[in-house]
Amino acid sequence: MTIDAMTLTLFLPLFGAMAAFVLPRAATGIGLVTVLATCGAVWLLALEVLKAGAVITPLGGWEAPLGIALRADGLSLAMLAMTSGVGLLVSLGALNALRDLRQRQYFWPLWLLLLTGMNGVYLGTDIFNLYVMIEVIALAAVGLTVLSGTKEALRAGLEYMYASILGALLFLMGVGFVYLHLGRLDFAGLLEAEPSGALSAALALMLVGLLLKTALFPLHFWLPAAHANATAPASALLSGLVVKAALYIFLRLTTYMPLPDEILVTLIGALGAGAVLWGGVQALRAERLKLLVAWSTVVQIGLIFIAFARAGQVGLTESWKAAALLILAHGVAKAAMFLAAGRIKDELGHDIIRDLDKSNIRPTLAQFTFALAAISIIGLPPSLGFIGKWTLMEGAMAAGYWHWVVVTMIGTLLSVAYFSRVFAGFLRFDRVRAPVGEHQGWALADVAPLTLAIASISLGLMAAPILSFLELGYALGVMP
Amino acid sequence: MTDMPLLPLFILLTSLLASPILFALPERAANLRTGINLGVAAIKVALVAWLGWKVSQGVVYDVHFTVLPGLDFKLQADPLALLFVSLSAILWLITTVYSVGYLESGSHRARFFGFFSLCVAATVGVAMAGNLFTFLIFYELLTLATYPLVIHRGSAEALRAGRIYLIYTLAGGLVLLLGTLGLWIVAGTTDFVPGGILADVAAEQRLVAQMLFVVLVGAVGVKAALVPFHAWLPIAMVAPAPVSALLHAVAVVKAGAFGIMRVVYEVFGIETAQAIGMTAPLAALAAITIIYGSLKAITQDDIKKRLAYSTVSQVSYITLGVALASPIAAVGALAHLIHQGLMKITMFMAAGNLAEGLGVKKVSQMNGVGRAMPGTMLAFTAAALAMIGLPPLAGFVSKWYLAQGGLDTGAVWVVALLLGSSLLNAIYFLPMLYRAWFRDGTETEAVPARRRIGWMLAAPPITTALMVLAVGGFANAPFSPLEWTRFVVAIEYQE
Repeated sequence: MTIDAMTLTLFLPLFGAMAAFVLPRAATGIGLVTVLATCGAVWLLALEVLKAGAVITPLGGWEAPLGIALRADGLSLAMLAMTSGVGLLVSLGALNALRDLRQRQYFWPLWLLLLTGMNGVYLGTDIFNLYVMIEVIALAAVGLTVLSGTKEALRAGLEYMYASILGALLFLMGVGFVYLHLGRLDFAGLLEAEPSGALSAALALMLVGLLLKTALFPLHFWLPAAHANATAPASALLSGLVVKAALYIFLRLTTYMPLPDEILVTLIGALGAGAVLWGGVQALRAERLKLLVAWSTVVQIGLIFIAFARAGQVGLTESWKAAALLILAHGVAKAAMFLAAGRIKDELGHDIIRDLDKSNIRPTLAQFTFALAAISIIGLPPSLGFIGKWTLMEGAMAAGYWHWVVVTMIGTLLSVAYFSRVFAGFLRFDRVRAPVGEHQGWALADVAPLTLAIASISLGLMAAPILSFLELGYALGVMP
Repeated sequence: MTDMPLLPLFILLTSLLASPILFALPERAANLRTGINLGVAAIKVALVAWLGWKVSQGVVYDVHFTVLPGLDFKLQADPLALLFVSLSAILWLITTVYSVGYLESGSHRARFFGFFSLCVAATVGVAMAGNLFTFLIFYELLTLATYPLVIHRGSAEALRAGRIYLIYTLAGGLVLLLGTLGLWIVAGTTDFVPGGILADVAAEQRLVAQMLFVVLVGAVGVKAALVPFHAWLPIAMVAPAPVSALLHAVAVVKAGAFGIMRVVYEVFGIETAQAIGMTAPLAALAAITIIYGSLKAITQDDIKKRLAYSTVSQVSYITLGVALASPIAAVGALAHLIHQGLMKITMFMAAGNLAEGLGVKKVSQMNGVGRAMPGTMLAFTAAALAMIGLPPLAGFVSKWYLAQGGLDTGAVWVVALLLGSSLLNAIYFLPMLYRAWFRDGTETEAVPARRRIGWMLAAPPITTALMVLAVGGFANAPFSPLEWTRFVVAIEYQE
């Protein structure tokens, strides 16, 4: 077995996770080195994909459908790059955010395990392996949720675990049906299969499982509490990266097994619209900063599903680009936002929105970072979020789906409304009891979130290369 | 020969890059901050002068790179852009001096000047945007950069004003996004081209073109404070005086008016806009705004509020001149873009000085302020008389051309409108002047915070007042705004 970039991408974090678990004292160092090395492996893989289009590696020399093959194309690589890039910066942010030794000991192995799972999802080519990987992800993600050790986090983590197990179970049942029906589980097999009722039922099971995992309204119930109560770096990973894995599988599956009915596509869009509206209203009512940010994730997931839905039955030939751009944009911006929210909470000692302006302590740079990330999430130019929304609205308008345009616009206004509550708290000064002293407005720990936030804005100007990269290797122009 | 093809980009970057540096400076590094502010503003004026020289030599600038397939980020330096860039560069320099003086003892100066710089960068971007897509980017940036300035005081009132401002402008921006997308889908490009890009579409799909016109003009009309989208402007005057001055003279309101020009002249083309029957309603809306703003101004006792309503009215002169679809009126509109900026910035800075030096914030407190602050009040008087339209001051020149344009197109009502508006202007400005110069100050009223204002506050309004006199008195001199305006109009009307 030769060691190539793809195998490294998958196994480096796995071995790192084991090492960090076995050597808790060196966990931090092992973690950082591993994440950095994984970034390097992804980089090498990117070069290969740029040269050759799609790259396929049979693990252990066994070809599909018997063995396990790994495949990387533009889309999977974009996901890998976002995961390791955002992951690296969140890791740097975690250096400061995790003060507790026990937290640090558990954070690194869990996070590296999570990275293994996500990389596995993005490289996987058959649905059983995807099932295994989402279980790995779920295990690590639940661990990260309860890491803060508070009572709320434990309760939220438990709920998350139930949702996750149920989702995985549904997915596994779907996988079983497919196997009974087709006798194979790889993407190529799915693509070749004749559409039938049994396959549709299997698809439905898998998709509902995924919707539960990605928290599309009304299956989002577990998300806000879980993401809001985790420690900041964990929240950043959960909200920025973890939900994207299920979204990605959703995108892939529906390409290889198109939804049998236009009505289903519209239904998914309608659920997305529900998420945008309901999540927006809940974010308006949220009392705590991190809870508001978590609700905004619900909104954004909804928006991504609207992007997905507007292509309709015709297939994903174009629409998936809007969805992919929104996924990438949200990953970067939301990680920045959660890290910044964590910094603000650390400095103030609380994250109650109503009281943000009560003291004269103003972590200015973290607030600035938060605002930059909000620009991308609201979708204001020139951020990547804006480009994603532009692509979404362009497609919807061109196809005459005005209802999706309206929902997107309402969602934008709602997000302005709920974020402006936070900005007002940042900028109001007449409720401060003590005189405003010269507070040191920044710390070294602000660098990682700030970098992410700046990336979320400036990546928008690089949308053209990102888009052409996404198409490498027939990403979703079918042909697995 | 273009020896520096990226010159427009450099002009944009001067204030854009200054912004993070200003943010990062510690609060007490006041001298360094002032140095950077003034230095960058001066460099910008110099670069703009250079750009103006090159453009008048016939050099064409085009800086662009692809953002999405077929869609470019594009900066250009056409004569219209240059007109607006020059205005903002010069007035920025003057306002910077004023702000440094105004905020001498204030708090959060790092934040203030950082956003101030960003705001100017956005204005420059709006001016030089080569297509509607780029325009949209800077139009939104302008909203985001001005919001923290509007609420700078951090009081509950300021935050309320800021929220209203944000709702209006971001909703406008969202509609602009919709319009830009529509344009992109319908026309396949968003480039600004003299004569417009929608002639074919308008011929085939009249209704689509009309809807697009309503959406686009409505969107930029929010910042231009067209009735019924004007409500944010009088509320936003809670901002510190230099911010109000900049907002009313160059930044936000003007970006809206400028947007109307770009949309009407270079997206639709004046002929197409006329052909789809949209110029007449726009002219009517502008007329309504002119009268409504003036009427509201009369009833305001708060000086800044009165000035704000006056802006609502005055900026619509520009819209009117565009909508009349006559080259002569267009000259008036463009000239007013400059003239109104100079006049209004003078008045807001003077109002700021009254508040700072004498604690006078209301018209009813203005008795005798002329004797207390003669320099400031002389500047204010010159600007007010110019705005009323006393010949040969700046405002007269714009009104003259607008009226001629009205006659030119057979719209005699325009003359009546302008006379009526001048009368209303006189009704709300002359009592202020009368109180200031001919009534004795009542010492009975408690005069809070009487302090001598420094030269940094005193000099800027006088400077701009002198410019008001100059652009009116020397309107026909070469390189006067009016002359440049004629040049621009010749291009937009493709003569």
